[in-house]
Amino acid sequence: MNKLNTYRAGVDDDGHFGIYGGRYVAETLMPLILAVDKAWNEAKDDDDFWAEFNHYMKHYVGRPSPLYLATRLTEHLGGAKIYFKRDELNHTGAHKINNTIGQILLARRMGKRRIIAETGAGQHGVAAATVCALFGLPCIVYMGETDVERQAPNVFRMKLLGAEVRPVTSGTGTLKDAMNEALRDWVSNVEDTFYIIGTAAGPHPYPSMVRDFQCIIGNEVRNQIQEAEGRLPDSLVACLGGGSNAIGLFHPFLDDEDVRIIGVEAAGHGVETGQHCASLTGGRPGVLHGNRTYLLQTEDGQILDGHSISAGLDYPGIGPEHSWLRDTGRAEYVSVTDEEALEAFQLCTRMEGIIPALEPSHALAHVAKIAPDLSNDHIMVMNMCGRGDKDIFTVARHLGVGVNEE
Amino acid sequence: MSQPETRIGRRFQALREEGRSGLVTFLTAGDPDPDTALEIFKGLPAAGADLIEVGVPFSDPMADGPAIQASSLRALKAGMTLSKTLDAVRAFREEDDDTPIIFMGYYNPFYIYGVDKFLEDAKGAGVDGFIVVDLPPEEEGEFCLPTTAAGMNFIYLTAPTTTDERLPRVLQNASGFVYFVSITGITGTRSANTDAVAGHVARIRNVTDLPVAVGFGIKTPEQVAEIAGIADAAVVGSALVNIIAENLDANDKPAAGTADKVLSLVSELAKGVRSAGT
Ligand SMILES: Cc1ncc(COP(=O)(O)O)c(C=O)c1O
Repeated sequence: MNKLNTYRAGVDDDGHFGIYGGRYVAETLMPLILAVDKAWNEAKDDDDFWAEFNHYMKHYVGRPSPLYLATRLTEHLGGAKIYFKRDELNHTGAHKINNTIGQILLARRMGKRRIIAETGAGQHGVAAATVCALFGLPCIVYMGETDVERQAPNVFRMKLLGAEVRPVTSGTGTLKDAMNEALRDWVSNVEDTFYIIGTAAGPHPYPSMVRDFQCIIGNEVRNQIQEAEGRLPDSLVACLGGGSNAIGLFHPFLDDEDVRIIGVEAAGHGVETGQHCASLTGGRPGVLHGNRTYLLQTEDGQILDGHSISAGLDYPGIGPEHSWLRDTGRAEYVSVTDEEALEAFQLCTRMEGIIPALEPSHALAHVAKIAPDLSNDHIMVMNMCGRGDKDIFTVARHLGVGVNEE
Repeated sequence: MSQPETRIGRRFQALREEGRSGLVTFLTAGDPDPDTALEIFKGLPAAGADLIEVGVPFSDPMADGPAIQASSLRALKAGMTLSKTLDAVRAFREEDDDTPIIFMGYYNPFYIYGVDKFLEDAKGAGVDGFIVVDLPPEEEGEFCLPTTAAGMNFIYLTAPTTTDERLPRVLQNASGFVYFVSITGITGTRSANTDAVAGHVARIRNVTDLPVAVGFGIKTPEQVAEIAGIADAAVVGSALVNIIAENLDANDKPAAGTADKVLSLVSELAKGVRSAGT
């Protein structure tokens, strides 16, 4: 494949990354999507908008998050020098807040007074409920019925924050259905509602807008690694659900061709079992939720439910920019099973005193696979995009340990 | 762009000559099972359906309310596929070569089938047009333009949110008829106020000579008659699908006579288009 002059130029005006992305939505929604696009185009060229964003990033979220050299883990693996980008230290415990702050500032600019969101693990739901509390706006979070059960602590956090959590029973009652339900709410409440999508997917402009908010991760890493090492890293590793933390880390480095970029999908019980969420590894291009991208689907074009131990990676699609980066070959995409992620979770906890979320545990499992074969001067940055407090019950269950959830 | 000549155009011409509006029915292919669905499908013209929308089952029907979502899932569970939906059209066409058939669905199943092959097979089976919910004019190159080039119609949805500035763009490559979604919302929920609908229909008629059909929220013969007074056709979907749902046992098996019950509501609704003065 021909190398491009730049991998950072995209999206085009119609919202495409190559053949991916786009605006595949019902006409009822189209005027709303165009209004978001227009408002976003104005906001992103407005210094005041970014000044406000940066203000909240610093004083509310607690950025910049540290770039930390994981010394014991590096020694233990005996190869590459491993840095963690500590986005798990953000307020609310994950990178999701970077995006919800950005989108709620846009919603306010547009004069929208009612916020809706979808959530899987509940991390985005909590981040959305948090910014709604911060700005005094009502928040409705759609969450698949099965996720409401398996993520009970986050459901309670959202309620404490004043959000209404609506369990979704339609379809298969999972994250994809929660997104369908949020879109249905949006077409039914067109006047006053803003939809805060939780990942770098959906109809244009969401994939590039969410990316631009999450790029604060990669931009900070560029400065921090220069300071620590005097040069850019050799490789970047991040986990992929819809792909927002990964694109936020990757995008600022796409044109540095010596930086190897690796995205890690959830292989669940193993890609060969069909019980996984690895859309780029085990799916094919299709159209869902407003964009063309790799999807888990049947021969007849019906969307399949994925499986992952990590509710945050349990989505049958992937942000369209990752589909494009995969096809162009600029980024590599690999997958990690539930078992491997659980092992990495424990390794990190014992070695570094950091309890990672199950999502970045997938990224870490891949780091643990490749780091030992790399030289000691190879610098690797992994996005520690969330902390694992929310996952301790899941992990306890898998380890056969009883923990009182009541 | 020149308008392909199809059964849809001929049917609206005939309705105009008869001096009445048309009844468009929507049912999901394969709901609740392929046999019952085919029995209903074949009975629709005699019951008074002037045009037939065939819902193509999809796992994620984003613009549909609970009734049609459930119908889609029932059909998929009963093994319905896009190929089998085309088979149903072939079976229908053995008996009826005049009633227009419009596929209504979401893009992914068509895309995965392969657009060129799908258009060829659909045309061969006797499909006349398509309503693809998630293909706005911004994505017309995907499917709308190839459909028209293949001699079938692409029917655009317009909504109360479609502004006067945007309307000409939406209708630029529309053919067959225009489908006005009467509410801002999903199928089978609210019903629109007739005066408001009349205003929107007038807006559309300012931009196009195509017939205008109105759908979403129309459930009774009275509502059909009201819409028939202001538009060229009224579309009824969820009310028909609900009859199927009401006649299922715990295993989604239809009670005897389910098809007749659906068709008898169609006959009632058909009186609505025949009673209205246009
Ligand atoms: C901690 C964490 N990481 C990653 C993800 C996956 O999302 P994305 O791929 O958009 O970063 C989630 C989603 O809930 C999450 O909570």
